[in-house]
Amino acid sequence: MKESIPLTWRKIPDRYRLLGSLCKNCNSHYFPARHVCPKCRRKGKIESYQFSGRGRVFSFTEIHAPPAGFEEQIPYVMAIVELAEGARCTGEIVDVLKKDMQIGDEVEMVFRKIQSNDPEGLIHYGFKFKKVKK
Amino acid sequence: MRKVAIVGVGMTKFGEHWERGFRDLVTEAGVKALEDAGMSGAEISAGYVGTMAAGSLIGQEHTGALIADYMGLNPIPITRVEGACASGSLALRQGLMAVASGMHDVVVVGGVEKMTDLDTAEVSEILGGAGDQEWELFLGATFPGLYAMMARRYMHDYKATEEMLASVAVKNHKHGSMNPLAQFQNEITIQDVLDSKMVADPLKILDCSPLTDGAAAVVLAPLDIAKKYTDTPIEIVASAQASDTIALHNRSSIAGVKAAQIAAQAAYKQAGVSPSQIRVAEVHDCFTIAELMAIEDLGFFSKGKGGEASLNGETQIGAKIPVNTSGGLKACGHPVGATGIKQAVEISWQLQGEAGKRQVSGADIGLSHNVGGSGATAVVHIYKRVN
Repeated sequence: MKESIPLTWRKIPDRYRLLGSLCKNCNSHYFPARHVCPKCRRKGKIESYQFSGRGRVFSFTEIHAPPAGFEEQIPYVMAIVELAEGARCTGEIVDVLKKDMQIGDEVEMVFRKIQSNDPEGLIHYGFKFKKVKK
Repeated sequence: MRKVAIVGVGMTKFGEHWERGFRDLVTEAGVKALEDAGMSGAEISAGYVGTMAAGSLIGQEHTGALIADYMGLNPIPITRVEGACASGSLALRQGLMAVASGMHDVVVVGGVEKMTDLDTAEVSEILGGAGDQEWELFLGATFPGLYAMMARRYMHDYKATEEMLASVAVKNHKHGSMNPLAQFQNEITIQDVLDSKMVADPLKILDCSPLTDGAAAVVLAPLDIAKKYTDTPIEIVASAQASDTIALHNRSSIAGVKAAQIAAQAAYKQAGVSPSQIRVAEVHDCFTIAELMAIEDLGFFSKGKGGEASLNGETQIGAKIPVNTSGGLKACGHPVGATGIKQAVEISWQLQGEAGKRQVSGADIGLSHNVGGSGATAVVHIYKRVN
């Protein structure tokens, strides 16, 4: 789906740097950022939290039927990554195919182009992940 | 609260209705349900309709009013309900609560989606909105991709195979072949599924439900006056709904749907029945993996055993627990907002002994299970034949 300029602009801290939230009351990490801790609700003490970007693959798929904007990328690997701090997020794993992937693989965040609305439109950047070489 | 019964049901054929639009489909289903209840329409005091994405798919919002208008039901109060793929069951639940509470007596509940006016890529993107648009879809995930990640984790945790996934599609096509209203009435083999085009590994095109046009409707009335309208009222003995995180990645387990487990437990408690008493079930098989998780979440099989049970034919008509006798979302089709109501229609026909070639013998208690998105909404209803 095409995203507007303001929508993209307000997501920059989260999408460019993996900036999320930490609840100081229960020590739970959240990504993307939240204003209410779903565990503590009104007792929660939410602060901004910079994730390390390291994590492990919790599950993955290889996309063959792409959404608009990703046609030239297929096939590509999407994964749920469990960040080292405990929160999980969804992102692409770059430079690999399914055959290179296993649940539990160690990954780290990289900064990449996500998609662009059209050839002359806004270019959206953000986080993806790559496998950590052993 | 009052006991509530379904006193009339109706649905269109599910499929690609190039010649017919949203209002034609929903009107046909509604008129059939009223005819089935022997009503003129004057008895109806309120309406609820489930539709996920009419605004995106046909550019039409305000669909409640549109439907009341075209059904000739003005000036009744009518309300649209949305919960992605569970919109139909949410509408049914609203109608049920309206009658049970005494706020309304006779209520019509519809579900509808017109999905083939746009091309497939556009429709897929709109359906992606059932997940987390900003933090899943925008980053490159697709809706099948989310279920593919559930499938991968399920296969990893329980040593399940792609053949087990495929067996769901094979069985649902077999059931669909006995349903004249199903979108697909052809049988397929496990090899056909395995050889079909990859969508989001490990899910292939034949693991996925299709894009469908269709509508379904039911008429609800207080149980104590239900016999005025039909000889075979179907009592809704439980209605439970639960929610979970919008994004799949925020759930502790993705090899099951927690909201469905919670809704199922609540529904069994309300109805005072156990999973082993359910004789027929319509479950949300938007992808084959979803049915394996559903039959476990509903307690028909223990966790991790659904794949083997499906491969062994235990969910076919005539076996331990017949699942998706209509053909399910896979073969009957999945006009998103209509699906939850179609499930209620199919269970009603089964409990009335009106399901033709696909009749489950001795069916007296049935269940429907409808999931929104990747599991952020789940609704379970239990139905009983009134003796």
